[in-house]
Formats: sequence, C-alpha cells, structure tokens
Amino acid sequence: MAGKTYRQAINEAILQEMRRDSTVILLGEDVAGGTGAGGEGDAWGGPMGVTRGLVSEFGVGRVLDTPISEAAYMGAAIGAAASGLRPIADLMFIDFAGVCFDQIVNQAAKYRYMYGGQDKIPLTIRTMMGAGLGISSQHSQSLYPIFSYFAGLKVVVPSGPYDAKGLLISAIRDDDPVIFCEHKALYEMVEDVPDEPYTIPFGEANFIRSGGDVTIVAMSSMVHVATKAATELARQGIECEILDPRTSSPLDTESILESVEETGRLVIIDESGPRFGMASEVAAVVAEEGFALLKAPIIKVTPPFVPIPAAPNLEQLYIPDVAQLIVAVNKVMES
Amino acid sequence: MTQKPYLHIPRPTARPGEVPDFSYLKLSDAGAVDRPPVTEKAKNIEYLSHQLVRVLDEQHEAKGPWDPSLDEAALVKALRYMVLTRAYDDRMQRVQRQGKISFYIQSLGEEAISIGQGLALAPDDMLFPSYRNQGLYILRGTRLVDMMCQCLSNTGDMCKGRQMPIMYQNRDKNIFSISGNLATQFPQAVGWAMGSAIKGEKHIAASWVGDGSTSEADFHYALTFAAVYQPPVILNVVNNQWAISTFQGFAGGERRPFAARGVGLGIPGIRVDGNDLLAVYAVTCWAAERARNGHGPTLIEHVTYRGGAHSTSDDPSRYRPKDEWAAFPLGDPMDRLIQHLIKLGHWSDENQTALEQETKTIVDDAWKEAVSFGTMSEPPFLDAQLMFEDVFKEMPDHLKRQRDELLALTGDTP
Ligand SMILES: Cc1ncc(C[n+]2csc(CCOP(=O)(O)OP(=O)(O)O)c2C)c(N)n1
Ligand SMILES: [Mg+2]
Repeated sequence: MAGKTYRQAINEAILQEMRRDSTVILLGEDVAGGTGAGGEGDAWGGPMGVTRGLVSEFGVGRVLDTPISEAAYMGAAIGAAASGLRPIADLMFIDFAGVCFDQIVNQAAKYRYMYGGQDKIPLTIRTMMGAGLGISSQHSQSLYPIFSYFAGLKVVVPSGPYDAKGLLISAIRDDDPVIFCEHKALYEMVEDVPDEPYTIPFGEANFIRSGGDVTIVAMSSMVHVATKAATELARQGIECEILDPRTSSPLDTESILESVEETGRLVIIDESGPRFGMASEVAAVVAEEGFALLKAPIIKVTPPFVPIPAAPNLEQLYIPDVAQLIVAVNKVMES
Repeated sequence: MTQKPYLHIPRPTARPGEVPDFSYLKLSDAGAVDRPPVTEKAKNIEYLSHQLVRVLDEQHEAKGPWDPSLDEAALVKALRYMVLTRAYDDRMQRVQRQGKISFYIQSLGEEAISIGQGLALAPDDMLFPSYRNQGLYILRGTRLVDMMCQCLSNTGDMCKGRQMPIMYQNRDKNIFSISGNLATQFPQAVGWAMGSAIKGEKHIAASWVGDGSTSEADFHYALTFAAVYQPPVILNVVNNQWAISTFQGFAGGERRPFAARGVGLGIPGIRVDGNDLLAVYAVTCWAAERARNGHGPTLIEHVTYRGGAHSTSDDPSRYRPKDEWAAFPLGDPMDRLIQHLIKLGHWSDENQTALEQETKTIVDDAWKEAVSFGTMSEPPFLDAQLMFEDVFKEMPDHLKRQRDELLALTGDTP
C-alpha cells in the first residue's frame, strides 16, 4: 500500500491488466507518443501523461497511437473486441464523443442484444471530463449521463485513486462495453492504493460519510465538494450522509433509498447539467420509489443550463461549490 | 514467398536524441513545376499533387511560371505581417509561461501560409481557419488588443469569456470562429461555398486543417461534398509534419502526399512549399481564380514545419529531436522572405531591425491596453450575467431562475 495519484492508479491498473492478460491492448491519440526514442519510457503518454511508460513495456503493437479519428478507432476497437481482444480505447476528451457517438451508442452498446446474445464487446473506453482548466465547453463537459441513457453500456465515474484502480480493473475484465470517465481535476489527488490488482464491483455505492440528517449523493469531483460542505455543516450541527454511487450505470438505487429512509432528506450535487442529467435521474428514482420517505422536497445542485464558459470567474461560478451545497442542505433542513 | 499479416506501426524518421532525417520529403526545384491554366481538368494535372511548387530558390531568387511577380510594396507588406504575427505569438507564449493566460498555440514557422493566402484572397471571401491561423486574423485587421483580450478572457473579450484562449472570431471581417474539435470547419466551408454558388455570388470560401486532422471523417466528408457539388472552395492541409506527438505518417503521409487525397475524387490537389510566401501566394491565387470562375474546388497541401510545441501543454523534446526544425530543408519562411527582399535590393538588416523594434512596440502597447480590461487575477472581471446570455435567443424561465439564485449567492445582483 502506498500513496498514489489518480493518474498513477489508472496507469497501474492498465499496466497490471496488460501483464495479466495478453489480449488487452490500448489504443488512442498520443497514448504512446514518443515511441522508439532512447528513453521511450519517458514518452509523452497523452495530454495528462496517464499512459506514460506503457509502450516501453508492451511495445507499439499493444499500445497503439492512432490516426486522429475517434470514429475510426472506436470502430476499430469494437472490431478488435469482436476478434477476441480486450481493447482499451482512449478518448482524449469526452466532448469528442460527438464524433464517434454512433460507434459507442448504436454499435458497441447494442451488439450483444441485437445479435441474439451470441457475441460480446469487452471494450473499455477511458475518457476525461470535467471543468476547471479554463478550456471551455468543447473540452470540459461532464457528459457521462448521456451514456448512462443507453441500455448496454456501463458507465464508471471514479472519485479518487483507490476507486479508479479497482473500477478500471473491473471495467477491463467486464464483458460489456464500459465508459470510464476520469475527472481532469483529480489527476493529482493522492490516496493509499494497494500495489496488487483488485476489483471493485459496479453498482455498489460507496458510503463516504455517515450522518442522519441529510443524504447527499455526489460523484466524481463533486464527492470532494460534498465532503468539505459536510465538515462545515457538522460544525453547525447538521449531519450529512454522503453517498458516491461510483457507477451511474448500473446505479445503486437501493443504497440511495436506504440512506433516504434514514434521513428523509436528499440533496444531489453533480457537475452534469440540471436537465436530463445525473441529478435529475437520482431525483426521479427517489421520487418514484421513495416518495413516502421524504420529509422535504429533493434539491439538485448543478451547474446552470448553459455551455461551460472559459473565463476563470465565470467557470468557477459554473461549477457547483461548497457554498451552494450548504445553502441547499440548509434549505432542505427547513422542512 | 508468402508472409503473415503484420501490423505496420509508423515510426518517425528520427526520435529524440537521433539525427533529424527529412529524406522522405520529395522536393522539386524552384521554378520546376508547370503552371497549368486554371481551366485545366483535374485529370490532366495530377502531377501537381506529387511535385512541390516552389518559387524561391537557394539563392533567394524568384523562379519559374509560378512567380507571382509581387512588387516591393506587396512583399514588404507580407513581411510586416509575418513579423507582426511572430512578435504577437512570442509575446503570448511568454505571458502564458508567466501564468497570465491559461493556454496558447503559436504558429512559429508557418506564418507564410496565413499571410500568403490571406493576401491572395479577397476581403469578402469567407475564411474557416484552424487554431494555427492567427495570421489570418491579424492580416484582416483584427486588432492585437482584441486578440489578447480574447486570450485573457477579460472584459474586452470578443467571445465574452466563453471560448478558450486562441479561439478567436471576427464576423465583421468574414472570419469564422475557431472550433475546439478538429476539422469541423471543413464541411462548413464547403457548405458556405455552396451557399455562395446558390446565391450566384463570386465569393469563395477557404478552410484549413493540419496533417493530423486529415484523419477525421469531416475532412473526407468535405472532400466528397466538394467533389459532388463543385462549389467555390479552397481546402488547405497544413502539413507541418506533426500532430501532437504523432508525426504525419500516422495520418497516412507515408503512402501519398496529402494533396493527392483529392485526386481519387477528381479534385485537383496541389502541393506547395509552405515556407515560400511567393509560392503559397501564387498557388492560392490560382485556386481562387479557378473557384471564382466556376472551375470548382482545389485541395492545397502546404509543406511546412511546426517550429514550436503543439501548444503550451506539451513538451516536444519528448517525442522529436530538438534540432529538427533547424534541419528542415525548407527553412524558415520569414528568413527566406527577408533574404529575397535583400536580394532584390528592397531590404537591409537595418530595415529588419527597425521593423522588429516597431512591431515590438505595437505588441507592447497592445498588451498594456489589453490588461487594462482585466486579467485572470486582476479586475475588472467579466460580468457574471454574461454566462447566462446568448444560450438561446430568449432566456428560458428556468435559466432566469438559476441565474437569479446563483447571482444572489455571489452577491452579484442580476
Ligand atoms: C475531434 C478532436 N480530436 C482530438 C483533438 C485533440 N487535438 C487537438 S490538436 C490535435 C493535433 C492536430 O494535429 P494537426 O491536425 O496536424 O494540426 P497542427 O496542430 O499540427 O496544426 C489533437 C489530437 C481535438 N481537438 N478534436
Ligand atoms: Mg500538424
């Protein structure tokens, strides 16, 4: 066990799975980047350096830089999966899903079902999402709920290094297509992460903090906003229970309802939009299945219904924060 | 003899620590390539996609049928804009290093393309640039201070704080906005040109992508549409040898020149020395004349070299030799134009020093003015209201409520 960053944890998960299983390959733009140099272990490894060092161990036949065509390498990854490999396709920014949407949602997602369950597409798509770097609405969106809409896709949204490693190993071993959504603000986050491989099952929420007054559902980087707010609120005498579902598909609705049963109050904080997003989905589940448990209306804390601005002051205003969450919790406590 | 299938993984000719090797570049001598009439059928001019149109020779003299015979004033004007573009880039690169802007992309070594082409096109022609075409904005009269304000996302920002640095726009000067997603402007430029033809106008459209971006589907879709409808459009591939960390071989450059991508569709492709302002200008005039006179689209490949990092987010020493640019056989476009002007007796080292001093002052003054509109850390800051406007023509009620709630929380009154 050692302190590792989110970046290192992800790199280690890929490395260990590629060692364990020779059918695992990695492909995408700039994932090798620098192959063939004397010190190729230092190769670029993508814009966040997440895949650095992999090409020196596994070679250019298993860590493949691709032409800049998301649709083509997503399609190729599906084809390679159908040929018996376990590809990990690296989509540099989740926003670029726009160019390969059909391959993901109409092909990968439906293959098993449409062909009578006779074949599988064990594909993992690693991608990066989230605001905070001032790179605006074509590079910062949290689009994971869109993929959660599609039956046949699994969607993983890790909030820290420990979860990232275990969930990524589960994703790679999974026989269904999985989208693994990394948050770009978390790459430097450090946590104790076991050296050996381990898995975390999908659809099991993580209870981050227990408390009897309010349930807060948060995923990805919003977990850390929730933790800060809960510490602050505890000083005011309000005890929050924080739940990180970790995967939006499958979604652990049972744990959410279980917690709401204890608290009777629900606040959802999420970086995806206010409409048709994660927060709306969780609210709908609880409204439908747990209405009688509620002592107060559910509150969603999300960004406004606008594209993500670039100016630092506007972007900070866009991202849901501790102050907004505290206001929401206080409000839900009023009734 | 039979052989098992294998995977060909392109490998650049030189990696960090190795000796740069550009032997793969097929060069033609200055003046050696024929200049066909603009009415010539695509099938008769396929050679243009394999040879390299060059005007300036090793002795810095203009040679051959593509020599546009620009006069002194035009040449000096081109040089001024190249120097200004480079000075602007240099300043912005440095202020990014100082943390004053979050991101920047230089066009170092590629200035002749934006400037040469911008000069060859008419002001009413519509431009769909890539992020490395800042020279087009500068040439069309976008004020440096406005461009700096965009990079600062401050109160003078033409995009009102909504676009990342370098994604300028200038609607008044017929330059489309820049997209963060590669190659998306290519089909849009074709569509704009179709619109011009539908309306019976003489305006043409031009767009630019990099070598790496030719892999995107949009590039191929655009070529198909251009081949089918024959609209007045110039489609440019700026082959600067590198995408981010992958070289042009990863876009298929090992097989055929990018200019030849049009040939299979019946679109004339023409390969030009992108570091030779005269050649770039001449080829663009040829393509523009074709387009304007109903002879359809042209694909131009500009052979050049990315002199700096891809952006301020990568370190090229990790993936290519440090001295690769110095070894690039087509040299530095600015130096080549200076040498040509000196050869003609129109320019001197003193003129150059004075010009660089003058542009430095222009850039200094622009920066001083730009920061007076605010920086990332210094007020004035953009009005928070702005985040909510222009999403739709009319703001929906639920957005108004979110705006009011958020602004109440921050103490900014709506
Ligand atoms: C759809 C999409 N995919 C990937 C990227 C990330 N990206 C930005 S620039 C770039 C390299 C482009 O190289 P090239 O087309 O050669 O242009 P150059 O930067 O050399 O001018 C990549 C991969 C993007 N912005 N959009
Ligand atoms: Mg390039």
